[in-house]
Amino acid sequence: MSASMTASRKWRKPPMIKNPLMRWGLTTGCLIYLVLAFGSFDVNWSRVYEGLDRGWQFILAFSEPDFLSRKSDIIDGMVESAIMTITSTACGILISIPIGLGAARNIAPLPVYFICRGIIAISRALHEIIVAILLVAIFGFGPFAGFVTLSFATIGFLAKLLAEDIEDTDRSQAEAIKATGASWWQWVTYGIQPQVMPRLIGLSMYRLDINFRESAILGLVGAGGIGATLNTAFDRYEFDTAAAIIIMIIAIVMLLEYLSGVIRARLQ
Amino acid sequence: MAISTNKNGQKIWAVRDRNTQLTRWFVYFVAVALIVYCWQTISEATTWFFVVDAPRIAGDIGGRAMPPKWSYINELWEPLWDTINIATIGTVLSLIIAVPVAFMAARNTTPHQILCRWPALLIIVSSRSINSLIWALLLVAIIGPGIFAGTIAIALRSIGFCAKLLYEAIEEIDEKQVEAITATGASRWQVMAYAIVPQIMPSFAGITVFRWDINIRESTVLGLVGAGGIGLQMQSSLSVLAWPQVSLILLVIFAAVILSEMVSAKVRAAII
Repeated sequence: MSASMTASRKWRKPPMIKNPLMRWGLTTGCLIYLVLAFGSFDVNWSRVYEGLDRGWQFILAFSEPDFLSRKSDIIDGMVESAIMTITSTACGILISIPIGLGAARNIAPLPVYFICRGIIAISRALHEIIVAILLVAIFGFGPFAGFVTLSFATIGFLAKLLAEDIEDTDRSQAEAIKATGASWWQWVTYGIQPQVMPRLIGLSMYRLDINFRESAILGLVGAGGIGATLNTAFDRYEFDTAAAIIIMIIAIVMLLEYLSGVIRARLQ
Repeated sequence: MAISTNKNGQKIWAVRDRNTQLTRWFVYFVAVALIVYCWQTISEATTWFFVVDAPRIAGDIGGRAMPPKWSYINELWEPLWDTINIATIGTVLSLIIAVPVAFMAARNTTPHQILCRWPALLIIVSSRSINSLIWALLLVAIIGPGIFAGTIAIALRSIGFCAKLLYEAIEEIDEKQVEAITATGASRWQVMAYAIVPQIMPSFAGITVFRWDINIRESTVLGLVGAGGIGLQMQSSLSVLAWPQVSLILLVIFAAVILSEMVSAKVRAAII
């Protein structure tokens, strides 16, 4: 290679997408989409400008949250949220273990596998709020509808991850148990269960945390929990009460996250 | 594992020794007692007559909802377009904030361990703890109903998610590459551009598409609190009990969610 050539060829960073046609196609596609999207995006700027003042008030409300004037409502809502979270997580775990076993390709027969995967897909595709609306229409207002919603959502999450975990287990351990002449139950309890248990507990703790967060919105559609109190606070522009509730939710979520971290660290 | 001997001097194998077993039983006992107590509280707040009656009601609603009112779909294209815009622009906006927050939160790139890292972590936690529907509720009260409120709500909720995954990715980078670029005499920004960014680019793209997929799902319900998108149509159909319209909207949402999940899975498979 001659010296003049090396001088004219400058080094460039290799692009992330190798094919140039694909790269430029994607870039122009994204640009066209963004122009179209912003074109159909009508914002009422004067309304936004008026709202800035209220937004500032809301931020100020965080500096002096009002826990006291709606104390009994807040406590009732929080307790109901906590109760819904605990029962639905427990119920969800109990149901998702058999479904998770059924959805693992290495231990379930094919028809069972398809049924369980179908249940998981339906549970994952529907947003909690939509399920809650339908269940409130069926069961009536109150925490029972919220409990069923959260249990249903837990199944989709936990059973899917459990099934993937079972599919990843070490075959030789399970085979060793089978070689001792163990029955199907013994095979699952001694060959599979010890391998997936630490992760199952970790995931359950994580789901407890998610369920608490979700239970905070179910109240918006009448399915019980702190959401109803929060909604009322917003509707009445009582930002200090709303700030208090939000601070409590953040604190509880942080606490649960910390606890689940401690428990997971101890298991491993 | 524990081995105990019985009266005849025979060895018995057990999974756990006595004290661990007793502690375990105690934990189970407390957990079951707590769950039973919680269940009773729910049970008291429930009108069991309605629950017993539920299959009939469900059948009734299902009967009314079928068949979906297919002609209604012409009124759904615009809200569907809005829904997709809320999710996409919300994701883009959130990334603009999430990227600097992630660099501030990562132990190896933060400018200051306390002054920058802790505020960044606080932003991540508070954004993650609040559901996008609550953000939407709040923004509708502040800046009025419409897709703008929905977009900002999606963006605020996504900041925490994207920044958390991104800063974990930054912390896991290979330090040798950073060292090699530093050894050439590169400035702080050059190290960033040539040593750190190329390493996190695949996970950045993966996180973006993953969150976009979740945001499509979430933006379908934002309309329930007035923040635009297809949820608005669902709310109005529900309030006049137009079940054939509701079932069509549910089908459209289902299709959109499945489609976005397929796109996201495809893109992530291509990256990894």
